[in-house]
Amino acid sequence: MANYYQPEIECASREEIVRIQNEKLVKQVRHVYDNVPYYRHLMEEKGVTPDDIRSIDDIHKLPFLTKADLREAYPYGLLGTDLKNCVRIQSTSGTTGKRVVAFYTQKDIDLWEDCCARAIVAAGGTNEDVCQVCYGYGLFTGGPGLNGGSHKVGCLTLPMSSGNTDRQIQFMMDLGSTILCCTPSYAAFIAETLAEKGYKPEDNKLKAGIFGAEPWTEEMRRDIEAKLGIKAYDIYGLTETTGPGVSFECEEQTGMHINEDHFYAEIIDPETGEVLPEGSKGELVFTSLDKEGFPLLRYRTRDICVLSRKKCSCGRTHVKMSKPMGRSDDMLIIRGVNVFPSQIETVLLNEGYSPNYQIVVDRVNNTDTLDVYVELTPDQFSDIISENQKKEKALEGAIRTMLGIGAKVHLTDPKTIARSEGKAVRVIDKRKLV
Amino acid sequence: MSVKQLSVFVENKQGSLVKALRAVSEAGLNIRAMSIADTQDFGVIRLIVGDTEKAVAVLSDSCLVRATDVVAAKMDDKAGALCGILSVLDDAAINVEYMYAFTAPTATGAYVVLRVSDVAEAEKALTSGGIEVLDKEAIKGL
Repeated sequence: MANYYQPEIECASREEIVRIQNEKLVKQVRHVYDNVPYYRHLMEEKGVTPDDIRSIDDIHKLPFLTKADLREAYPYGLLGTDLKNCVRIQSTSGTTGKRVVAFYTQKDIDLWEDCCARAIVAAGGTNEDVCQVCYGYGLFTGGPGLNGGSHKVGCLTLPMSSGNTDRQIQFMMDLGSTILCCTPSYAAFIAETLAEKGYKPEDNKLKAGIFGAEPWTEEMRRDIEAKLGIKAYDIYGLTETTGPGVSFECEEQTGMHINEDHFYAEIIDPETGEVLPEGSKGELVFTSLDKEGFPLLRYRTRDICVLSRKKCSCGRTHVKMSKPMGRSDDMLIIRGVNVFPSQIETVLLNEGYSPNYQIVVDRVNNTDTLDVYVELTPDQFSDIISENQKKEKALEGAIRTMLGIGAKVHLTDPKTIARSEGKAVRVIDKRKLV
Repeated sequence: MSVKQLSVFVENKQGSLVKALRAVSEAGLNIRAMSIADTQDFGVIRLIVGDTEKAVAVLSDSCLVRATDVVAAKMDDKAGALCGILSVLDDAAINVEYMYAFTAPTATGAYVVLRVSDVAEAEKALTSGGIEVLDKEAIKGL
């Protein structure tokens, strides 16, 4: 049995969706051209004017935006309206140097929360549910997004934020949470902690989990489902676009429906930028069709995935995207935080180390681990053990400040970090996620 | 007057120790004294050899190596000898980072190697306290 939050949109005919997209895109391109000089300049460079965009089929004529553009335009360069019309910012997690600040008008917040509400209803949520949100609150979009969606559905919302697992479990048991929203690794951790405390799957009242913000596998899904006695739904989003709820899973669990009345998705060849036909594997590109504060057009997510318009048994007509299968850049997602190897390199250089390092990411007991191996130089080596340990600790502190997550630093002999074809292998990701 | 100690960085994994010591062996260097300090990830081998310059040269190809000035003091073979040495340093307000002892076939007692905050001050204090301190040549002659 399927439930919808906005059935008229979620189950609209293909023609109706295309009509909405045509109308919104033409208006949005005109608006961005008139109000965002940074993007107008990109359009001029490409020789495109708003007159060239008559329907969604013309979208390929528009220039791309990348993370580099966001950095260059930071903080206000891609603002789509006067600041007085904006009511909030959100920002990407804890990373200096690559920080993105996104602006929201009240209308943007509403449409974002609508998208999250669609995800919660698709997971079986109603106003009789108790929705425990343990994504981080604050600058991170996870908590605020699901919190807003939960309000719209009318669930009793528990704004727990992340961490303090004992308290999470106490509220879950005492207030009978029925829907759990968090990262999949945290869900797995909660499940293990419940088992350690002697709870069986049937002891909790949970029926569904909405898990996202990091990659996870089907095996992990089955494991969490069995341990918590729930159905686990994937959710996808990014701060640049809005946050969680750009797409979400329905009961079929075969991909995430993209809310394409708000976000138009394309798959491109990451090398050439050419738009690929449906079913091709490539880089996901999003256009915000009606956002006001931060209206990004053709934003390259760097996530590699596949789109499908195969008819879905849930009745929703919106296009589905696969789980991201990888990245077209070197970004890692570790404990839900975006990490670029270059950030770690920056720390090492700032602290006076050689840029010979290796990052090893693994997943132990469903939690990501980050180990950084650094080649010690003769100048840095001390015959006194505590001096070397102080260096490890200082480096760990500097990495935590840069990334917002902890890492274990290991000092190694020079020239011991594996090199292939003369070039060091910087990242070893041992997590089996695809 | 001090003696040179060789410190070698070794990762805490199989084969690290032997790699460093093989280099010492192949250079024909006899080890007069040694100590190893270890942590979870790595250790530091400290060596006293006759020809430190040669040892640095052969080891630095394959290892992280550092030569450090340390104090080598002679200890009588009797109760309280080490305590006496440390008391002299304590009275002179000198901090000891670490220490280890060794003996030699020609010796009547033993020797203690001291890594101290101020080598010159430590040697001055020990000498005026009547304790014999070794120099490079004395080490070679052991």
